[in-house]
Amino acid sequence: MEGMMTAIRVIPLEHYIVLSFILFSIGMAGALFRRNTIIILMCLELMFNSVNLLLAAFSAHHSDPGGQVFVFFIMLVAAAEVTVGLAILVMMKRNVDSVDINQLNRLKW
Amino acid sequence: MHYLFYFFATISVLSALLVVAARNPVNSVISLIVCFLSIAGHYILLNAQFLAVVHIIVYTGAIMVLFLFVIMLLNLNKRTEPSKTLLTRIAAVAAGALFLFTLLGALRQGVQISAAKEFDGGTGLVKSVGQSLFGDFLLPFEMSSVLFLSAIIGAVMLGRKDRTPREDAPAHPEPAEPRTKKIPA
Repeated sequence: MEGMMTAIRVIPLEHYIVLSFILFSIGMAGALFRRNTIIILMCLELMFNSVNLLLAAFSAHHSDPGGQVFVFFIMLVAAAEVTVGLAILVMMKRNVDSVDINQLNRLKW
Repeated sequence: MHYLFYFFATISVLSALLVVAARNPVNSVISLIVCFLSIAGHYILLNAQFLAVVHIIVYTGAIMVLFLFVIMLLNLNKRTEPSKTLLTRIAAVAAGALFLFTLLGALRQGVQISAAKEFDGGTGLVKSVGQSLFGDFLLPFEMSSVLFLSAIIGAVMLGRKDRTPREDAPAHPEPAEPRTKKIPA
């Protein structure tokens, strides 16, 4: 337990910031890179998690539990979002028989 | 401690890259689970034990299993995999890299990160998080149940079969012909 408490002080906050920047950029590039809707949803989850990690790191370094409660709420919203998103995906597969995001362009023009 | 951090960071970045690069969606889900487990390791390193447990239960246990179920249900595999053109891929990678460089440049320009006034290593324990959750954040916590209820209703409404009559269909359709083709004698 004592080792864990010192770990927060040993590892500088900038390391966590850079790590979550990298994870967020990978998630954003992946959402642009892929056309499979389910992988785009997974990339969204990746971006949520990088933000969660950053919030948790700031919260631990500032000794404020409010940040970790926010992470908890982000998890709740992500769970609700995934439920609705996967329902939309199943409906899309049933109607147009594809998971290609480019099929959903009827609102485009 | 540094070694543990770099170990978890390497695993999470590599598995995140694999999520984007894998051809088969099942492989993407598996590597995303690995990424989430390494992020849970980061939470434990930050002494955020409540978050680590909730993260494993909610993400790895519930959300990723839901993803796996949907992938298996829709029978997605390599053959049904749509792919983008080369130009779009290059543009996507360039956009991600430029975004990363912008963020890192903003960080290098000097963000003042002040230290905590009094340091408390037990911030992430269940006791302090629970006191904050049921003290200051009680109303949002109760509101999230309404959010979940609406998410359940929305998923059920979207997931059921579309029974509304089409506009071009007759209001009272004739009884349909039997589907089986008549075999010519």
